[in-house]
Amino acid sequence: MNETLVYAVISLSAIGVISAIILYFVAQKFKVIEDPRIDIVADLLPGANCGGCGLAGCRAFAEEVVKREDLSKLNCPVSGTEATKQIAAAMGLEAPEKDPMIAVVRCNGSRVNAPQKVIYDSAASCSFAHALSAGESGCPNGCLGLGDCVVSCKFDAIYIDEITGLPVISDELCVACGTCVTACPRSIIELRLKGKKDRRIYISCINTEKGGPAKKNCSVACIGCGKCMKECPYEAITLVNNLAYIDFNKCRLCRKCEPVCPTGSILETNFPARKEKPGDTEKIPVSSEA
Amino acid sequence: MKTFKHGGVHPEENKLSAGAAIEILPVPEHVSIPVSQSLGAPSKVVVEKGASVKTGQLLAKGSAFISSNVHSSVSGKITRIDEVTDTSGYRRPAVIIEVIGDEWEEGIDRSPEIVSDIRLSREEIIQKLNEMGIVGLGGATFPSHVKLMIPEGKKAEYLLINGVECEPYLTSDHRLMLERGREMMIGVTILMKGLNVGKAWIGIERNKPDAIAHLENLCKEFPGIQVVPLKVKYPQGGEKQLIKAVTGREVPSGKLPVEVGCVVNNVGTALAVYEAVQKNKPLIERVVTVTGKSLKKPNNLLVRIGTPVNKLIEFAGGLPEDTGKVINGGPMMGKALSSLEVPVTKGTSGIVVMTQKESRRTSVINCIRCARCISVCPMGLEPVLLAQLSENQLFEEAEKEKILDCMECGSCHYTCPAGRPLLDYLRLGKNKVGVIIRNRGTK
Repeated sequence: MNETLVYAVISLSAIGVISAIILYFVAQKFKVIEDPRIDIVADLLPGANCGGCGLAGCRAFAEEVVKREDLSKLNCPVSGTEATKQIAAAMGLEAPEKDPMIAVVRCNGSRVNAPQKVIYDSAASCSFAHALSAGESGCPNGCLGLGDCVVSCKFDAIYIDEITGLPVISDELCVACGTCVTACPRSIIELRLKGKKDRRIYISCINTEKGGPAKKNCSVACIGCGKCMKECPYEAITLVNNLAYIDFNKCRLCRKCEPVCPTGSILETNFPARKEKPGDTEKIPVSSEA
Repeated sequence: MKTFKHGGVHPEENKLSAGAAIEILPVPEHVSIPVSQSLGAPSKVVVEKGASVKTGQLLAKGSAFISSNVHSSVSGKITRIDEVTDTSGYRRPAVIIEVIGDEWEEGIDRSPEIVSDIRLSREEIIQKLNEMGIVGLGGATFPSHVKLMIPEGKKAEYLLINGVECEPYLTSDHRLMLERGREMMIGVTILMKGLNVGKAWIGIERNKPDAIAHLENLCKEFPGIQVVPLKVKYPQGGEKQLIKAVTGREVPSGKLPVEVGCVVNNVGTALAVYEAVQKNKPLIERVVTVTGKSLKKPNNLLVRIGTPVNKLIEFAGGLPEDTGKVINGGPMMGKALSSLEVPVTKGTSGIVVMTQKESRRTSVINCIRCARCISVCPMGLEPVLLAQLSENQLFEEAEKEKILDCMECGSCHYTCPAGRPLLDYLRLGKNKVGVIIRNRGTK
């Protein structure tokens, strides 16, 4: 009885020792040397794996940072300047100066501006509706309002406004990762400079149709008249395919273009109300009744 | 009785206009003729704004191997070459003509006399079909002359003529076989000569006994042509289903019918071939069924290409008040129109007006795993799986599961007890997979 126990203990210990030796040599042979900096950088990243940097995830981004040892072409849109500085410090690199960006919906074809002409009752997916038809308003470039961008957003920054039927992007929550830009089958969403105090000016239309047909479907469509282009003192506006575009790198937010647009397709955000010129003010009718 | 093996459904036939003889729709005041009306590369416009054209004059020339000519269907003045809304609501280039009189191009034989003597050689026939812009009138609008050019190493043994018309409501092919049978038979003989085959079968479903009897009678005069009555089952008019039903052969996945020695053409195409070869007439008009339960006068109309759809509906008694949808094509495969200004094209086989009650979609519930869609799929696919893959954007996997073999017959969608929009997702998937494959080719 005692003997059996002894043999068992001895043989098991022997197997353990032999396995340990084999494992040791195998571990030596197949050792993977990983740069410890990858872990450090990965810890500093947000860990959302959103793909906004264009890589497969945060770990892949960290690997790329360590591999390139250069931050100028790599950008994690989610981390913001502070985190980028920390990463740069950890790597002993210089942090590139990047202005914060934000996703902007370039369509204002709300239910009022672009009234519904037909009923779409198929699958609730923009990419599907886009492949099947021009949409309920008839505008071939306008927002379909079925929320592919909402589904794609990992930061809950987008919701569809029930009254207008258009997506609304939160200034606070959007990290400009760009997922919604690729999710939109009509490329309506664009990443633009966030601007000081969230002030932005942009053409809220991407319809390349000629003025007539564009206006027929939507009252706030860009008709490509070029008035804004002539007005702009900084040559920030270009006109291609009946559509004006404001280059956010050149635009200095002077607000001269907005009032000249005949359809009101230029939108301003977060600006203070315009001071009304004396000539423009509507005279308030004075009531004769005392 | 002969039919295809896998799947299939039997929707309510509703052939309301089966007894209505083909009527000629008056030429409208203006037509808009889309520049691209066939599968393949877009055609090139060869006319200019302001020019006067005659009926049958060339408007746009085919630009590639798979591409076809487009002719003017009216005489008049070209007011604009612009984009017009097509059936999907998107805008596509078209030639807009204001109609003045009805003066035909010289050389087109408009006499009712039937010419049965085929003088042209095989090469000349192919040339003629190309010139006259003949395309498949069954709906897919594949250029007919390309079908006659058998790729090297392959051999056509049989010509199959599709007189099945399995779509519910549609009756244009049925009326055509009854009223223009003899001309159509000459068209079939021309196609046989063009393909260099000695045998042609005309597949017709049993629900058209008058057409079967009429053509069987005519067959006595035309050697090599035989009528094959088929069991009524949708989608027997599908090319691959018809081959299976008539010859018992199965076209391999992703291949063309010529792989099993067959070429399929529609009865409407056969008539167009007759008119092109014997009468020198380009494809400028076609028979369109205008039908619907609420419509006053469901009928079959001979319509000039480019006529706005609302003219057809007007002729059929006007648009009923409770209309929910107007469908371009049959109710199974057709697509709802987003505007009634859309012109009739070479591919328009029918206009079906649905009431609000009929056009309402059933509410969608979760898949109950009944596998009915799998049992009815005539291509032996798994629609439930393909739709899920497509819904979750897994298009590469969908390609592996042979989504491109789907011919969009809609049997799965029709039979689904959970009301799931299977066909919608399959169409999306096919569309995306097609883009993926094209991108692969350019890389």
